[in-house]
Amino acid sequence: MSEEYSVEIVNPEKSFLSKNDVTEVVVPAFEGEIGILKDHISIISFLKPGIIKIFSKSGEESFYVNDGIIEFKDNNLSILTSLILNLKDIDKEKISEIQKSAEEELNKADINDQERYLLDQKLEVLRSIN
Amino acid sequence: MASLDDLKKRISSVKSTQKITKAMKMVAAAKLRRAQESAEKGRPYSDKMNNIILNLSNGISDIDNAPKLLSGTGEDKVHLCVVMTSDRGLCGGFNTNIIKKAKLYFQKILDEGKTLKIITVGTKGYDQLKRLYGDNIIERISFKESKNVNYFDADKVGKIVIEKFDKKEFDVCAIFYNQFKNVITQIPQEQQIIPLKTSEKEENSSEDNYEFEPEEDEILSNLLPKNISTQIFKAMLENSASEQGSRMSAMDNATRNAGEMVDKLTIEYNRSRQAAITKELIEIISGAESL
Repeated sequence: MSEEYSVEIVNPEKSFLSKNDVTEVVVPAFEGEIGILKDHISIISFLKPGIIKIFSKSGEESFYVNDGIIEFKDNNLSILTSLILNLKDIDKEKISEIQKSAEEELNKADINDQERYLLDQKLEVLRSIN
Repeated sequence: MASLDDLKKRISSVKSTQKITKAMKMVAAAKLRRAQESAEKGRPYSDKMNNIILNLSNGISDIDNAPKLLSGTGEDKVHLCVVMTSDRGLCGGFNTNIIKKAKLYFQKILDEGKTLKIITVGTKGYDQLKRLYGDNIIERISFKESKNVNYFDADKVGKIVIEKFDKKEFDVCAIFYNQFKNVITQIPQEQQIIPLKTSEKEENSSEDNYEFEPEEDEILSNLLPKNISTQIFKAMLENSASEQGSRMSAMDNATRNAGEMVDKLTIEYNRSRQAAITKELIEIISGAESL
């Protein structure tokens, strides 16, 4: 039996990526990273800013996501996200831009703890890749 | 009868108008293709989003504790209408159709004695509504600067809507836009986004056992605001495709009408030229005869 399943990443503008030979996907779920292998139980979860790692026969790919929802069902993984960037061809300027706006956001007084947590996460990830 | 010179001037002015409408038609056709493409590409996202929300809301056992965005505030007093129109004119009945649809709804709301609040997206809608419903318009948004429809614009509108909902400024929210069917047909739509209508609940309840992390209601309360933006984004995409389609057929009509007008004027011009020549001949001949 093969160990592969299919993954599709969509953002509002288009279907970003579709693969059907992945063996494992690691996603930054809200309560910690989840690695998803074939025949995982159906799951719905949402993401915090972080790195999605996709392992497939053809190698490993990493993406930065701002947020998102994942749904895994019948060996199909769907990832919905509003902003996704491939780490391979990432634009340093773009990252700095996001980082800056996140920092500004963080300095606002009226954010709640959850937002602060998400922003902290975001900055941490951004710093690590920049 | 107009003089020859006048006719000549008119013909050339109609011809240059035709040139403009023809160019606009071409531009609209090119833009339409792009708009249609992005509308199609955007579909998987909103479809998937809908699916997940359906699955989630099926999993919610306790309706009373469901997030307010899903179940509503329990009241039906204040209606917020987001009317989405274009920023540019010359697109046939595009804006008028949306406004017509929206006005019907407004009238119904006001007749029932409920409060009406309006957010207009796009300047044309504001222009058409400000006279009758100027007092009801609480916000006007325009994305004149953004070249293409993008998610962040939609997100901005979504955030405004949610912020107002959190402040309990309204109970029900509906959006108005044109759904793109084909180049000739665009159907004005009214869609209720708060509380969310889950009419397909029955047919889709395939008893999936999902694992949720974190809990269902926490996911839902995170997802629903996103869904609002997604729905608005979808409406914006449909709207932009509709706008270009509508403009294209309007400009096509205008070009054809201008062509007809040029033909008519040319015939009239030729006739009066002929008449002038005949008249001159008669004058010369009768002058010669009298000698």
